[in-house]
Amino acid sequence: MRVLGLILAGGKSDKLWPLTKVRASAAVPVFGKYRAIDFTLSNMVNSGIKKVGIITQYNPRSLMDHLGSGKEWDLDRKSGGLFILQPYVGPNRETWYHGTADAIFQNMTILRRGEEDHVLIGSGDHIYKMIYKDMFSYHIRKGADVTLLVKELDETYNLSEYGIVQLDGDMRIVEIEEKPTNPKGNLAFLGVYFMNKNLLMELLYATVPHGKYDLLLDVVIPNLHNLKVYAYKFNGYWRNVKKGIHEYYRINMDILKKEVREGLFYKNGKVYTKLKDLPPPKLTSTAVVENSLIADGSIIAGTVRNSIIFRNVWIKVGAVVENSIIMENTVVEEGAVLKNVILDKNCVVREGQIVVDERGIPVFEKRAVV
Amino acid sequence: MGNVVAMILAGGQGTRLGVLTEKIAKPAVPFGGKYRLIDFTLSNCVNSGIYRVGVLTQYKPHVLAKHIGIGKPWDLDRKDGGVQILPPYIGRGDSDWYKGTANAVYQNLEYLEENDAEIVLILSGDHVYAMNYNDLIEYHLLKKADGTIACMEVPMEEASRFGIMITDLDGKIVDFQEKPERPKSNLASLGIYVFNYEFLKEVLVEDEHDPNSSHDFGKDVIPRIVNEKKGNLYAFRFEGYWRDVGTIRSYWESNLELVLPLPPFNLYDPNWRFFTHSEEMPPAYIAPEARVVMSLVSEGSEVYGFVSNSVIFQGVRIGKGSVIKNSIIMTKTEIGENCHIENAIIAENVRIGDGTRIGVGEDARSKLDPKVYTGLLTVVGMNSIIPGGVVIGKNCVIGVGITPEDFKSKEIPSGDFLIKQEE
Repeated sequence: MRVLGLILAGGKSDKLWPLTKVRASAAVPVFGKYRAIDFTLSNMVNSGIKKVGIITQYNPRSLMDHLGSGKEWDLDRKSGGLFILQPYVGPNRETWYHGTADAIFQNMTILRRGEEDHVLIGSGDHIYKMIYKDMFSYHIRKGADVTLLVKELDETYNLSEYGIVQLDGDMRIVEIEEKPTNPKGNLAFLGVYFMNKNLLMELLYATVPHGKYDLLLDVVIPNLHNLKVYAYKFNGYWRNVKKGIHEYYRINMDILKKEVREGLFYKNGKVYTKLKDLPPPKLTSTAVVENSLIADGSIIAGTVRNSIIFRNVWIKVGAVVENSIIMENTVVEEGAVLKNVILDKNCVVREGQIVVDERGIPVFEKRAVV
Repeated sequence: MGNVVAMILAGGQGTRLGVLTEKIAKPAVPFGGKYRLIDFTLSNCVNSGIYRVGVLTQYKPHVLAKHIGIGKPWDLDRKDGGVQILPPYIGRGDSDWYKGTANAVYQNLEYLEENDAEIVLILSGDHVYAMNYNDLIEYHLLKKADGTIACMEVPMEEASRFGIMITDLDGKIVDFQEKPERPKSNLASLGIYVFNYEFLKEVLVEDEHDPNSSHDFGKDVIPRIVNEKKGNLYAFRFEGYWRDVGTIRSYWESNLELVLPLPPFNLYDPNWRFFTHSEEMPPAYIAPEARVVMSLVSEGSEVYGFVSNSVIFQGVRIGKGSVIKNSIIMTKTEIGENCHIENAIIAENVRIGDGTRIGVGEDARSKLDPKVYTGLLTVVGMNSIIPGGVVIGKNCVIGVGITPEDFKSKEIPSGDFLIKQEE
């Protein structure tokens, strides 16, 4: 089986503002050195997929810079490799992507060409680790037309923000309610589709030209009774950064738990990201670091507790950082105190400044000076 | 400036690094939390804009060759130029193992010819330093020299370990002493040379045909040029940090210097980055019960114990209640709970069981080789497994690939060793 990977990474996300002021949500930095898209992209590569198209639209600069030629994911190849699929001007159209189905439809060429027989569609916003191979064979075994990845969500998720799925006894999906006010269950669709390539092309030709642009709402849901749409259950850690600042903060803090680190960093292959070749982090004689993640190039001379410190951060003597996320190239000067905050890249917190918020999570945008 | 080609001598065995170089060449020895020694010279080359680099290997080159690969981390994977590994080879007749540093370059004159070399930099793959070679080459051109040697002033009492230059006021070398008992100056050669290609070729061909020569730059070629006045050699004074980490003691010291508040050698200079080929790993995690001070803790490490004044490489695990002091712990080594490790160098992929103590007791003279293991430091070779509860003294040596069955007793007294006999 040859599989083409497609990653939807064009979304604009107001809920993540101001982190998404300068980047697409798929390019949001997580866990000290990664960007959200690294997980789905690494999953695809670790599952043996050799050709991946990334569909971008909203502010893709930082995403494109991050992906480059795809060499960190071994996707700088003569055959296959990484394709950036951005909206374009053609001889008879000038349009942005109107939705997920439209975005794929406008890039029909990547489906038409190439020897792949199946397509795996994922999202750049999802944080999880998975080798898709078992799902591929499940799809074949079930004789499915479409297989969707699902997971039972616990009470830490707001179920009315997800697509809730109903199954029959054979795991076939009989109903999907997108963002229901009163969810009937807790089995949610995780935004990962697997299907035959020709079938996808056929479905897109039948819907998109008629102004139906959404892959789930307009292509999959109306066809639940005509097509065999099966659910494949995922049991590991899965979260969506796009659900808002609180969710973004929770995801980053989750990595301080051993079982989450094991699952996301060490199981089911590695997570690849753009390398920066910075020296190892240095902790000086005045450093106090507890329950924190420290990335390369950082120098810690102050106190850091329950925090995520990205690359090339400098926490100076006497500064205290607690329950916070401090992104790349940020400097926290002497005696500053930060609690429950998110600092985007290239920020400076001046000497003695105190930012403590017990209720909300203040976010300081890129290049802010506090 | 003419076309510059760098030749990095990377065949060295590094015998004085003991078990650390049992399986790998000296330039491949890990350094500073994530690097290997050759990274510094390679990075200096690309940071100086030199993209034609030959690496001359000989002794146990596998790890080194894998590390360099096609030179991607240094941007040396290029259509034009790039890095090339130059191993010894067999030709129709006289080719053979590299007999010395000069012979190694001599055997690769063809490589220099192919690359249209006009200026040749001869470098060593096992030094730790940051140098812009353009300064050296500019000086060389300014002086219209045939060859220029980078030198550094060293303390007089250490001068006899080096090749010593005696210069006139203009910087021209008028006399040269290789490792002299009574040095006439304290200007030491750093083993970094720049030559005009035609001149180099001439002296190397001549040296090759001298039956009494050991074919070494420092011992034979340089003294001959100076003594027989074959050409003008100048001394370029380098004032930065430079170390030849040739001994276990100096290796340990230069690593631990990195954790000082103002280290003499700066890994963090954004204008002079050191590049390396390292495995992709997540950021370091430091647990609530851990305490880490005065240390480097590389990516992929998880620390649950106490670490002070130490260099921790990538992917190291340090269990609860373990204490690591004044030590170097290399890549992917796992240390159990409640261990005590002091003044030690633990190589890659070592497993240490719970409650093991290393580097305890009084110091003692090494029973293995007092010239290599000069005291205080205990060294554990790569891929060894030390069972829990073992007590190992100071200045001990645990060899490469030791298994729990090799431990006949739970105690290895200071100065003792445990190594596998070569089959």
